[in-house]
Amino acid sequence: MPWSRIEADCLEPNFGNECEDTTRLVSYQDAIREGLRQALALDPNVFVMGQGVDDPSGMFGATRGLQEEFGRDRVFDTPLAETALTGVAVGAALGGKRPVYFHNRPDFLLLAMDQLVNHASKWHYMFGGAVNVPLVVWACIGRGWGSAAQHSQALQGLFFHVPGLKLIMPSTCFDAKGLLLAAIKDNNPVLIIDHRFNFKQNGLVPEKMYTLPIGKGQIRRTGKDVTVVAVSHLVVEAFQAAEELAAQGVETEVIDPRTLRPLDEALILQSVCKTGRVVIADTGWKTGGVTAEIAAMIAQKAFSSLKAPIERVASPDVPTPAGFTLEEAFYFGKKKIKQAILKAMNYNQLSAKSKEASRRCRAG
Amino acid sequence: MNPGVEKKKEMFYAMLRIRRIQERIESCYLQDEMKTPVHLYIGQEAIAVGVCSALKKDDYISSNHRSHGHYLAKGGDLRALIAELHCKKEGCSKGYGGSMHLVDTSIGHLGSSSIVGGGIPIGTGLALASKMNGGQRVSAVFFGDGAADEGVLYESINFAMLKTLPAVYILENNHWSVCSHVSARKAGDNIFHQALPDLLMSRKIDGNNILAVYQAALEAIERARRGSGPSFLECETYRILGHAGCESQDPEGYRDCAEVKAWKKKCPVDNFREQLLKEKTMTPAEITAMEIKIEIEIDDAFAFARKSPLPAGRELENHLFCE
Ligand SMILES: Cc1ncc(C[n+]2csc(CCOP(=O)(O)OP(=O)(O)O)c2C)c(N)n1
Repeated sequence: MPWSRIEADCLEPNFGNECEDTTRLVSYQDAIREGLRQALALDPNVFVMGQGVDDPSGMFGATRGLQEEFGRDRVFDTPLAETALTGVAVGAALGGKRPVYFHNRPDFLLLAMDQLVNHASKWHYMFGGAVNVPLVVWACIGRGWGSAAQHSQALQGLFFHVPGLKLIMPSTCFDAKGLLLAAIKDNNPVLIIDHRFNFKQNGLVPEKMYTLPIGKGQIRRTGKDVTVVAVSHLVVEAFQAAEELAAQGVETEVIDPRTLRPLDEALILQSVCKTGRVVIADTGWKTGGVTAEIAAMIAQKAFSSLKAPIERVASPDVPTPAGFTLEEAFYFGKKKIKQAILKAMNYNQLSAKSKEASRRCRAG
Repeated sequence: MNPGVEKKKEMFYAMLRIRRIQERIESCYLQDEMKTPVHLYIGQEAIAVGVCSALKKDDYISSNHRSHGHYLAKGGDLRALIAELHCKKEGCSKGYGGSMHLVDTSIGHLGSSSIVGGGIPIGTGLALASKMNGGQRVSAVFFGDGAADEGVLYESINFAMLKTLPAVYILENNHWSVCSHVSARKAGDNIFHQALPDLLMSRKIDGNNILAVYQAALEAIERARRGSGPSFLECETYRILGHAGCESQDPEGYRDCAEVKAWKKKCPVDNFREQLLKEKTMTPAEITAMEIKIEIEIDDAFAFARKSPLPAGRELENHLFCE
C-alpha cells in the first residue's frame, strides 16, 4: 500500500514551540506511540483496540510493538464490526475501563454512528450525570493515491455537530502526544481525527508524560493584519502561506484551535478583534461544516470588528475523486489559503462599484 | 436446582410487584402527569424476574425501551423510577432520561437505551470489562425480537463467543415490534440456535414460566462465571398491552383479539400464583399481605414523585460533560 510510504521526513515549522525540551526530535507516529505506551503503563484500565493495531504496519506505526509489550488482552485486533465494537468500547468504559479504539479511516466511523452519537455522547447527560463514558476513538483521514470517495473523507463536520462528544484535531507531534494523553485521561467520549499528512512530520516532543488542555487553541504565528484559523495539517500550510506573505508586508496571525469541541472561541475572537480580517481553513466540506460554524460564531460575536467578509477555504462539495488530476482540483493548501488572505486584505481596495455589486448580490 | 420455598416466594413477590406497578402506571397514564412514553412490561414479568433472581447484586444488566421490569427485577429504586416517569429531579436520571432511560449504578444497571438493539453491544462491553477484571461479574443483556432483527446482535454475540465473555443474551420474543408481527420480519429460527454449544449455550424457553426461566438463567450464569462463555436464551412470551401507553391507546386491527385472550390465559403471574397455592408454598393470606404491602409502597412512590421538584430550565446544560 502506498500509504506506508508516508515517512516522517520533514521538520515541523518552528512555531515557537511550547515544548521546553529543545533537542528531542520525534516522528509523529512515535509521539502517538509514546503517549499510548505511557498511558498503558500508567493505568491498567487503559486498553487499545482496533482493526490492525497489532499488524506489522501498526496503525501507521502509532501502535507498533504495543501488543508485544502489553499483551493480547490490552492491545488487540477487532472484528470488522464497527457498530458493535464501538458499543463494546462504550460498555467497557461504563465498566471502569479506558478504551482507546483505533480506526485507520473516519469513513468507517459512519458504521459506528449509532453508538457514537446515540449512545456514547448522550450517556452522561441522558442519565443526569449518573454514569460516564471515558472513551477515546481515533481515526486518521487519508489523502492521495487515488483513495477516492470512501477512503479519504474529512468528516469532522458531522461529529462537530454532536453535543457531548469532544473533538480533537491535532497538528504537531507535541500536540499529538499531549492531546492523546489528555483524551485518555478525560472522563468523556473523545474523538481524535488525525490526518495522514501529519505523519510526515518530525517535531520536538518531551519524553515525560504530559497532557494539554482540551479546549485551548494555540497561536502558531502572530500577526496584526489578518487571522487564519486553520485545522489539522492545514496549520502548516497556513503557516507557510503567512511566512511567504510576510515578504509582501502582510502580517498573518495563524490560530490552531487544536480542539473543535470545546472550541477556544476566546482565542479566535481576540485575534479577530485585533486584525478585523479572517480566513478559516478546514479539510472538510464547506457546506454545514467546520468553517461554516466558526464563521457564524465570528460573525455573531465579533461583527463590529470585521473589516472584510469572512473567507472560507474548505473542500468543494463533492465526494473525493480518485484520478490525480481531479484530486489536484479537489485538494488545496498553501496557495489557496494565500489567495484567501489576499482577498480579505484587498477588500478595502475593491472599487466602490464592485462592492455595490456584491452588496446587491448578497441582498438578492 | 429447584428454588426453595423462600426463593419462590421472593420471585412471586417480585413479579406481582412489577405487575401492580405497571398497572398503576397504566391506570393513571391518561392523567398526563407522566409526560414520557411508557412501554409497559405486563405479561413479561417472568423473564426479568427469572433472570435477575439468578444474578447477584453487582452483576450487570442491559435494558431497552421496555425498561421498567428489568430495572425493578434487578433491584432498582421504586421511588426513583416513578419520579423519573414524572420527569422529576429525584428521578433516577434526574428528569433527563424519562421512562426509556433508567439507571441505577448501585445494582449494576448502567443505563437503558431506546435505540432498538443499542444496549446489546454495551452489555457485551460490560462483559469485556468484567472479563478483564477476572470475569466474576456476569452481564445479562435483555432485548426484544425487534432488536434481534438488527445486525448488531450478530456482531455482538460473535465477539462474545470470540472472547469467551461472561454474557447472557436474553431475547424476549413477545411476537410484536410495535404493530409488526415477528413472522413478517424473521425467516425461521434465530441463527444463534445453530451455534456450537461450546461457543454459545442456546436455549428456547417458555418465557411465561418463571421456574423455566430461572433454571436456564442459573445454568447460563454459572457457565459465564466459570469462564465458559456466553449463552443465548430465547424466551417466548407475549406483549399483552399495546406497544406504548395504556390499553386504550393500542390501535385496533393489527392483531387478533383471540390471540391476546389466549395469551392472557398464560399469564405468568396468575399461573405461578396458582401453582404456589396448589403446592401450598403460599397461603391466600400471605398473598393478600403481599398485595397490601405492594400497594403501600406504590402509593408512597407516587406521593414521593408528585412532591419531588421539577428540574429548572436553567439546568438544561448540566451533565453534558463529566468533570
Ligand atoms: C433502531 C430503532 N429502530 C426503530 C425504533 C422504533 N421502535 C421503538 S420500540 C420498537 C419495537 C421494538 O420491538 P422489540 O425489540 O421486539 O421490543 P418490544 O417493544 O416488543 O419490547 C421500535 C420499532 C427504535 N427505537 N430504534
